[in-house]
Amino acid sequence: MRNLKTDYFEDLQLFKDGLQLFWSAVLLLLLFALPFFVKTYYLTIINLMAVNVVVALGLNLLVGNTGQISLGHAGFVAIGAYTTVLLLKAGVPFIFALTASGLVTGLFGVLLGIPSLKLEGPYLAIATLAFGLAVTTVIGRMDFLGGRMGMNVPKISLGWTGLKYDQSLYYVIIIITILAVIATRNLLKSRIGRAFQAIRDSDIAASAIGINLTKYKLYSFGISAFFAGIAGSLWALYLGFINPTLFSFILSINFLVIIVLGGLGSITGSVMGAIVLTYLNLQLEDVVEIPILGDALLRFSELFMTATGVSNVSWFLTGFILILVVLFEPLGLYGLWLRTKIYWKRWPF
Amino acid sequence: MAFFQIDNLSKSFGGLKAVDQLDFQVQEKEIFSIIGPNGAGKSTIFNCINGLYKPEQGKILFKGNNLIGRRPDQIASAGIARTFQNLELFAHMTTLDNIMLGRHLSMKASIAAVLGLSFKRSKAAKEELQHRRKVEEIIDFLELESARDQFVSNLPYGKQKLVELGRALALEPDLLLLDEPAAGLTQEEREDMVFWIKDIRDLLGITVILIEHNMQMVQNISDRILAINFGKPITTGTPEEVLGHPEVIRAYLGEDITQV
Ligand SMILES: Nc1ncnc2c1ncn2[C@@H]1O[C@H](COP(=O)(O)OP(=O)(O)OP(=O)(O)O)[C@@H](O)[C@H]1O
Ligand SMILES: [Mg+2]
Repeated sequence: MRNLKTDYFEDLQLFKDGLQLFWSAVLLLLLFALPFFVKTYYLTIINLMAVNVVVALGLNLLVGNTGQISLGHAGFVAIGAYTTVLLLKAGVPFIFALTASGLVTGLFGVLLGIPSLKLEGPYLAIATLAFGLAVTTVIGRMDFLGGRMGMNVPKISLGWTGLKYDQSLYYVIIIITILAVIATRNLLKSRIGRAFQAIRDSDIAASAIGINLTKYKLYSFGISAFFAGIAGSLWALYLGFINPTLFSFILSINFLVIIVLGGLGSITGSVMGAIVLTYLNLQLEDVVEIPILGDALLRFSELFMTATGVSNVSWFLTGFILILVVLFEPLGLYGLWLRTKIYWKRWPF
Repeated sequence: MAFFQIDNLSKSFGGLKAVDQLDFQVQEKEIFSIIGPNGAGKSTIFNCINGLYKPEQGKILFKGNNLIGRRPDQIASAGIARTFQNLELFAHMTTLDNIMLGRHLSMKASIAAVLGLSFKRSKAAKEELQHRRKVEEIIDFLELESARDQFVSNLPYGKQKLVELGRALALEPDLLLLDEPAAGLTQEEREDMVFWIKDIRDLLGITVILIEHNMQMVQNISDRILAINFGKPITTGTPEEVLGHPEVIRAYLGEDITQV
């Protein structure tokens, strides 16, 4: 039987069919109308979700698609954030500061990628972990970076939009996030994304078909860090203030939780994971206010789960959720989504 | 000058000489088989040729250029493709993507260029489609249509072997190294494989070096055979000469080797 499909471009275009285009348009419209309906507080939450989406896209490219590991992505986010602040303070327009933050962070990504050529698994994990810790330690000692006290982030000029600052900023963040999603999608469908996945599945075969392992591993680290840098830049903007403690080791772990929860190697997974985990992190803080159960969890956490005596209920609940995901749905939320889709396709049979 | 030539090649692991001062030559458009008992060093020769192993001494000359010291990806771009004895597929990808990966070297789009992939007029999309057509030809050739969009880990073993062959063909190599392409196949699949390997040489003009344990197949398909044991050559020659050679028979413990 000969292949009937002759227009292979169908496999490259952004929207598979009219239905997908329709729902994407609805979602887009909703996102753009939102600032006119909801309070600034909710926009802030969406901003945080969006920034996490951007980090997750990059991290998933490295971990889920290339099969490398990073326990130091908070360090990249920090580099992006501080680069932006320094450049904004020097009077550089935001669009250039943003680009530069991505590129500078990408460069650090390539540098951190160099040990990945020799190290594997746990050794690479430790190297990236050390990197993440080093970044915040160094920043904490640099006076021109505000040291441990941190720095205010200058506001960027968005007056020309005619909207309130928070609203304009929301649009900036949403637009960049959408661009990041499309860029990742195209990258993964291309020869470069395929090469990443080839390295993940069999580096021996990848090299035997002509993939330069050194080059493509460094690409992956560089692009992954580029995304983290862009995210850091946006994060700094809407926080309005940054200091080194924001970019702790826990944040790096949080990013990993996002992609595992969402689904390794899947763009939909990165997006869903970032949205759900950001929401959970906010909600789980409130678990302690539930009568009896909240108290019990708080006591449990203070007695057994922390070295410092500070309660961390939301953290161990997140950990618990993650264990459930790994046990019951290794493809994460993306896997759940696939199954639901298949279920509805068959319904009501 | 031979098309492909190995001179005095040695590779050892600890005290074990897996390949020991080996010489042989392969002519252009030949189907050249390497046989020998388990552990004789056959796969090690392939691993040296494609740069996975660094031999201690010797030369590997391909079209007159020494390949020693080059990385596997450089050897692939010199025009040598291979398959593996124990499948090395990209398991979490589809058949189509696996074979598309065989086009990696002939595709050139940069990181910046591929960002435009979803636009029909972009250079990246044009390049992608052009190579996609090439890959569809290979899928047609190997009759892999039904497997095209499946993840290769879900395919039956025989199909997986074909995907690996398709991926190697997608490189459009001048020299193809096949490490036991028929191992684990059914009788029928093996007959198809013989047919395809002959086509690869006859229609595509690709030189083939074949490692194979099935002596019927080796006899049927090879122009010349090299028999080795303990990393050393026993003899080289036509199928009749080699398969009837007393030392070759002894190496296979006196079995009637056409029945192995
Ligand atoms: N990476 C390695 N490390 C250590 N020893 C190895 C390695 N690769 C091969 N050997 C050894 O070298 C010898 C030759 O192995 P090789 O795989 O080349 O044999 P072969 O002829 O392909 O055998 P088979 O027919 O079983 O595939 C064997 O004794 C094997 O154990
Ligand atoms: Mg072998």
